[in-house]
Amino acid sequence: MTATLEPSRAGPGAAGPIVEISGLDVGYMRHRKVRPAVLGLNLSVAAGEVVAIVGESGSGKTTIANAIIGLLPENGRITAGSALVDGVETVGAKEKVLRTLRGSVVGLVPQDPMVGLNPTQRISSQIAEALRLRGLHGDEIHQQVLAELEHAGVPEPELRARQYPHELSGGLRQRVLIAIALAGRPKVIVADEPTSALDVTVQKRILDHLVGLVRETGISLIIITHDLAVAADRADRVVVMQTGRVVEEGDPRTILVAPREQYTKKLIAAAPGLAHGGQLAPRYVVDRGSLPAPILTLQGVTKTFRVTSPTGGHHDFQALSEVSLNVPRGQTHALVGESGSGKTTALRIALGLEHPTAGSVVLEDTEISGLSWGKQRPLRRQVQLVHQNPFASLDPKYTIKQSIIEPLVSFKIGDRKARTARAKELLDQVALPTAYLDRLPTELSGGQRQRVAIARALALKPNLLLLDEPVSALDVSVQAQILDLLTELQRELGLTFLFVSHDLAVVSQISHTVSVMSNGRIVEEGPVAEVFKNPQSAYTRELIDAIPRGTRALTADPESRTQDAEPTAHNSGWTPAG
Amino acid sequence: MTVDISGASDESAVLSALPPLPPPDEVTASRHIESGRYGNLRAGLAQLARKPIFIIALLYVLFVIVSAIFPSWFSTGQPYATFPTDVMQPPSLHHLFGTDEIGRDLWTRVLYGSALTIKATITAVAIGLVAGLSFGVVSGFYGGWVDALIMRIVDTLLAIPALLFALAIITSVGYGTIPVALAVGLGIIPGFARTTRAEVLRVKTQPFVEAARASGASWMRVLVRHILPNSWGPVAVLAVLDAGVVIIAIASLSFLGFGAPPPASEWGTLISDGRDYLVTSWWLSLLPGLFVAVLVLSLNHISKTLQELER
Amino acid sequence: MTRYVIGRILQAIAVLWAAYTVAFAVLYLLPSNPVELQLAAAGVDPSSLPPGQLHAEEAKFGLDQPLIVQYFDHLGGFLHGNLGTSITQDIPVSQVIGSRIGSTLLLSLCAGVVALIAGTTLAYLATYVGVKPLRLFLSRLPAFGASLPQFLTGLFLIQFLSFKLDWLPASGQQGWQSLVMPAIVIALVTGSVLAQVLMRSFEEVMRQPYIITARAKGLSRGAVQLKHGLRNAALPAMTILGVIAGLTVTSSVVVETEFTRQGVGSLTQQAVATQDIPVVLAIVMLAATIFVVINLIVDLLYPVLDPRISHYAKTA
Repeated sequence: MTATLEPSRAGPGAAGPIVEISGLDVGYMRHRKVRPAVLGLNLSVAAGEVVAIVGESGSGKTTIANAIIGLLPENGRITAGSALVDGVETVGAKEKVLRTLRGSVVGLVPQDPMVGLNPTQRISSQIAEALRLRGLHGDEIHQQVLAELEHAGVPEPELRARQYPHELSGGLRQRVLIAIALAGRPKVIVADEPTSALDVTVQKRILDHLVGLVRETGISLIIITHDLAVAADRADRVVVMQTGRVVEEGDPRTILVAPREQYTKKLIAAAPGLAHGGQLAPRYVVDRGSLPAPILTLQGVTKTFRVTSPTGGHHDFQALSEVSLNVPRGQTHALVGESGSGKTTALRIALGLEHPTAGSVVLEDTEISGLSWGKQRPLRRQVQLVHQNPFASLDPKYTIKQSIIEPLVSFKIGDRKARTARAKELLDQVALPTAYLDRLPTELSGGQRQRVAIARALALKPNLLLLDEPVSALDVSVQAQILDLLTELQRELGLTFLFVSHDLAVVSQISHTVSVMSNGRIVEEGPVAEVFKNPQSAYTRELIDAIPRGTRALTADPESRTQDAEPTAHNSGWTPAG
Repeated sequence: MTVDISGASDESAVLSALPPLPPPDEVTASRHIESGRYGNLRAGLAQLARKPIFIIALLYVLFVIVSAIFPSWFSTGQPYATFPTDVMQPPSLHHLFGTDEIGRDLWTRVLYGSALTIKATITAVAIGLVAGLSFGVVSGFYGGWVDALIMRIVDTLLAIPALLFALAIITSVGYGTIPVALAVGLGIIPGFARTTRAEVLRVKTQPFVEAARASGASWMRVLVRHILPNSWGPVAVLAVLDAGVVIIAIASLSFLGFGAPPPASEWGTLISDGRDYLVTSWWLSLLPGLFVAVLVLSLNHISKTLQELER
Repeated sequence: MTRYVIGRILQAIAVLWAAYTVAFAVLYLLPSNPVELQLAAAGVDPSSLPPGQLHAEEAKFGLDQPLIVQYFDHLGGFLHGNLGTSITQDIPVSQVIGSRIGSTLLLSLCAGVVALIAGTTLAYLATYVGVKPLRLFLSRLPAFGASLPQFLTGLFLIQFLSFKLDWLPASGQQGWQSLVMPAIVIALVTGSVLAQVLMRSFEEVMRQPYIITARAKGLSRGAVQLKHGLRNAALPAMTILGVIAGLTVTSSVVVETEFTRQGVGSLTQQAVATQDIPVVLAIVMLAATIFVVINLIVDLLYPVLDPRISHYAKTA
């Protein structure tokens, strides 16, 4: 596609900023009113610069990405300000003008790789589409598709090009999306939460690759993320946003070491990877030899699933192989692994929701692995579950009170008065006002709902709580609150926790001991402090290294970090379109 | 994102089988949310009260139902009384729908003819709803071979179009309100069964169901207290929609000549009888026809509004 | 994959057989006296005949056999293409249907084409037209069209296009003009249903993140709609073909009667009126077969068109 209009832009090689936003206000129409999402944004991105926009949910960061290329949803409105992209005004611009910018000047890497690709089109045609828009034809397209895939770090590009998106893993799909964004030879790439949906080791590799590519080619990069550590590790400049406004801006080192604003300090303190100056300081240090007796033991647990496909065939899937772990009484044992490691399956077996194919599960001296649901019921009172998703773990039609006392109703404990009293008591314990008893889940925020879920889990006065990624769906600042709450409850009530998570940094804040899982096996276990300081297995080492900790910002030499990048012709024929 | 609508027995079931679209904004709802147990209900009613067309549709449907039970409230005439001097009169203030070829007041005949159709409709929808709901719940809840078996039964019911099924029954036993209601009721079971099943499956896999199980609830409690309350929404929408479908089916049957024998004045019979006089006395066919059409349109609108509310 | 194909075919056969059983039960078991009923339809008065002759008449129509034998007889007949004998006319049912099916097929085809074109166009416009009030109006139309009773729309059309304007004939099947109104009446319902499903499908597709990816490449709105929107939205809408076929079949009964066309639809009305059980049975089975076969074809075609499904098939 060649631009049929000559937009008024500065000539190629100009020294002006690639993106210049001033006083931008963006909002969404709801019930005939505009609800602001971004207020008074001033942002400037120079050629070759890497800028990270950091904010929690509701900060407006994603809106910016969509706004500057005119891809806001239908109810989005830019109500004030200007956004110059390569010298072209995009606010109020006609579609034709915006199209000349999309792809060839601004490349977008969208948020969720699992749904960002057309499921019914092959990878090659999706990349080819971008290439054709750049002006390539015919035979050279196929070659170039393979080149782009290689460039984005996709192994076996010939195989992958022929495949459909669902045949690729999340990480590969993300790389394809990066390839598509780069295929247009843009001057700036906007990466919207480029790795939030991925495992931390995959995250690290892809981000490294992406940043490497842009440094190599002199493209600017805008990273939009909720993770301050990720931002600090990669960016030349960090912009912190809260509820639509820029709160603080500066180079990563300054932000992390000497933050000026309260909110920034809060973000840093709440991020386990950053709170202690980039060192992972575990909350508890215990000695391997002097652990209390276990309240729950898994011994040699194996679990095989039979998976049937929609068209009738089936195959066996080994979720767990010989998994053994002990959960010492009164402490927190963490089960850490990436997606597909089997940790959730192990948790469900520990709870009795699934039966192991082999092995034993002993809870409070009782073997539960063979027991039917009915026989397990008395033990239910000892073990409770807190689910990952606070938005779906409460029945939307139940009031908070009804949700909390349901376990009491199921076990026929107490009369109505007693149950109401207990509900109030529980709300107190999780630091929620008793006025919430009559509310519905839709009126509560994610963090509040998770507190309700915890209150519900405590209703039967259990000894053991199983927590499945209880904070991963929450904002960083809320995460810290919930972790603090759990720690306090453990102390007050003598609870034992089995804490499943993919996030080592979170784990270090709450656990005494840890088991690391990969591909259905335990690869390492022991006290948290020990495992972090001296990881025995390569996988654990990889996990620890992958935690974004702002190390680059905090330890590296300031001069080596920034590069005054000029568009240089790379030997692969790479230049941003000029 | 594949949409399974193959189980729909008719257009109405098709639409209800489509998954509801999520609201476009991820921002949590900003409208005033009613609190408490019946908060959702109160909020819903308040919203409905603000929709004028919905109110009109609802009133019309109520009017039809009431006039079917108490036709004398709305018409002073007698359905069989003839006014030989007033043959073939166009609509006027004296005869709202005009008169027919032997001088009977059409408006009165329409009202008195409602009773049979309304009775049959309610029976048919009740049959479809109860049977379909049960099938769907059992199917979705138990899964496995029970599910497969029930779905094959549903498939069979689906294969024979409801109208043909009713016609077959009429061939066998002649016209009767019960057989017709039964036939049409059986024909709409698949829609209810599939919709219920889909909802049950959707809710069954939600974490709050698992949470209830983990905190000691029996499957029965989970079914009655969690699954059913969260599943019945789309079913109610379908019930209203199918009422319209059933009315059209029953009216079509009487139009084809398979309604209650004269002098009963079922809507379809009236319309069919009026066909011979279409050129000169258009009101004989078209006014009863409009009466029916507006009823079905109202039901459709009510159903659609309820569906939008559900989201 | 073969497992899937065989499974679906077996299922289809099972459903057809079950449908046959149900239809047979309704027509032969339900009446209080099926033999008398059918004799009466044949014009034979059972009370006026001596037993010997009565028996002969019964034997002529195969009514003296126990029901279970009749069940298998008819079933066997169907499988061999012998649809039984019409009781009222004493000619093979296949002949009766055969002489009229041409007209119905023609009508159904026309209605189908109109519904497809109109429905798809309406759905497309209702999703993509830029002017918001127009879009809203267009999106409400299908719901409206689907709820109008067909006997009414037919009458309206006849009233205006035939009587008032004299453009088209009100009855009969001479020439293409006689097809126009009946086809429109049928297509109004089937097209509306198609439009509604497509509209929902389009809406859902256009919300998907990959649409944003496509636009971010620099594609025009139209190109995105066509290349990414249409294909992904049309797939789920395919599953409705069976329903549309069923609707067309039922519509033809009312429409052919209304427009006095000699097709299988009006045949149905006549057969029911004269209680010609074998003909009714054959027609019911014909409708069921059409429905099941179309669904089977769609089910078998779907994995071919949707790579996500066929992927599982390959690994099976």
